[in-house]
Amino acid sequence: MLTLAGIAIIAIGFVAGFNPLLVVTVAAVVTGLAAGLSLHEVISALGKAFNDNRYVSMVWLVLPVIGLLERAGLQDRARALINRLANATTGRLLIAYFFLRQIAAALGLTSLGGQAQMVRPLIAPMAEAASEARFGPLPDPVRSQIRAQAAAADNIALFFGEDIFIAMASILLIRGFLAGNGIEVEPFALSVWAIPTAIVALLVHGVRLWQLDRQLAGKMQAVKP
Amino acid sequence: MITLSFVYVLGGALFTAVAILSGLDPSNPKRAGTTAFWGLMALSLLLGDQISDFGNGLIVLGMAVIAGTGGLGKGSLTPEAETDRQAFRRDRGARIGNWLLAPALIVPTTALTGTLLLKDLMVGGVHLVDPKQATLIAMAFGVLLALAVALPLIRTTPMVPLQEARRLLDTVGWSAVLPQALAALGAVFALAGVGKVIGALTTTYIPAHSPLAAAALYCCGMAGFTILMGNAFAAFPIMTAGIGLPLVVMQFGGNPAVVCAIGMLSGFCGTLMTPMAANFNLVPAALLELPDRYSVIKVQAPTALILLAANIVLMTLFAF
Repeated sequence: MLTLAGIAIIAIGFVAGFNPLLVVTVAAVVTGLAAGLSLHEVISALGKAFNDNRYVSMVWLVLPVIGLLERAGLQDRARALINRLANATTGRLLIAYFFLRQIAAALGLTSLGGQAQMVRPLIAPMAEAASEARFGPLPDPVRSQIRAQAAAADNIALFFGEDIFIAMASILLIRGFLAGNGIEVEPFALSVWAIPTAIVALLVHGVRLWQLDRQLAGKMQAVKP
Repeated sequence: MITLSFVYVLGGALFTAVAILSGLDPSNPKRAGTTAFWGLMALSLLLGDQISDFGNGLIVLGMAVIAGTGGLGKGSLTPEAETDRQAFRRDRGARIGNWLLAPALIVPTTALTGTLLLKDLMVGGVHLVDPKQATLIAMAFGVLLALAVALPLIRTTPMVPLQEARRLLDTVGWSAVLPQALAALGAVFALAGVGKVIGALTTTYIPAHSPLAAAALYCCGMAGFTILMGNAFAAFPIMTAGIGLPLVVMQFGGNPAVVCAIGMLSGFCGTLMTPMAANFNLVPAALLELPDRYSVIKVQAPTALILLAANIVLMTLFAF
């Protein structure tokens, strides 16, 4: 039971608003100590795991490219592109992006998209511009809401698209786990059962994005003098 | 063979530059802390394989202490610098137009084609790149290619992308390292057997008497455990060994392929609702400069909850 102390620290730390990086590190050290490791062993285990997972942080390699292009006005370009489409709304744009991202992920093309590569430089500014064209300047809370919606669309479309592709890590994990328990399944038999949820995800989030346009219209009506 | 080490050298160089530029940034009120933080990150990337595990652990502790004591600062722009930047944007925008979008698409396109082509490329009987890491290596090449195209197009010096990377990392701050720290925490959890304890607790105390109840228990267990661990992959073996196989498959006769596929997707519903999945949920909030750290989770939660319910229904319909 003491091994669960780390989870308690995480929950309390996040809720109390301490710095998450510090909370996570303390939780790791406490969990290791609770499991009977010495302090030296815990710090070593943490260090080894951190070193083994360095690839996770390599997404930041794109920052010089994104920063350079933003300096030269990339977000302005993305906005201008949207303003040329008379019928573009935030909701419709995000539905279109959601659909494309989900299809691409289902074909195994998960690297098309992403928060740093696509959402910040292109999708979020486009989603904002579509509402600016309709309603004029946006108050900050509305702007933030649109950005959060752009980030969410990228995540949800990715999660409920990628499992349809048979070579995805999660499919391999399931297959390996079942094989270890004496059950053989074909990757295709697993990936085909990701399709119903993928369709529901498209419908549910599509409806929510469609409602977003009305919500935004309502909010902008309310702030107008 | 080109391996991840190549990517880490590039990353190390980037964070070294960011550390130095932060130290030289007079507008940053906490130059020393900021430089130390990114310097430790650079050290980990450049020398992580040479120094001991304990040394790497001290790097993690150092970064956590700097972040936890508010030691990271961010630079700001003077009004004159802001005017300069606007003039630069207007000038380049007028000259380059929509061609500016092209380099932005180089990175994902190279990552994609690289993954497909480089994976099986053999030179003299060995793989040219490590096939397991083809995507990351291809992405790194994509970054270099995009810079090689964009710098002459925009007509500026290599210092500009580094300064801009520093500005963006000022915005993202310590949360840039959080996903990696959480991955490390997951490894320590696994070492300490946290998952097994939770799995045992769940299966001991919660009964299920019908296929629907069993499916609901397994799907909610996957989502809930993923919320705690931040990763459906960590939750899957424990929940499936604890509930999925013995209860849903063995006792109620569920089809294992359907049960596991939909069980994993229920875990993904949990991923959408947890700050522990920082790279999907907290990092975008920092990257998009949202005042509420949890705003992306708040937007995702309704869809995630509806999909979790849908998964329970789908599993009950198709697995039995």
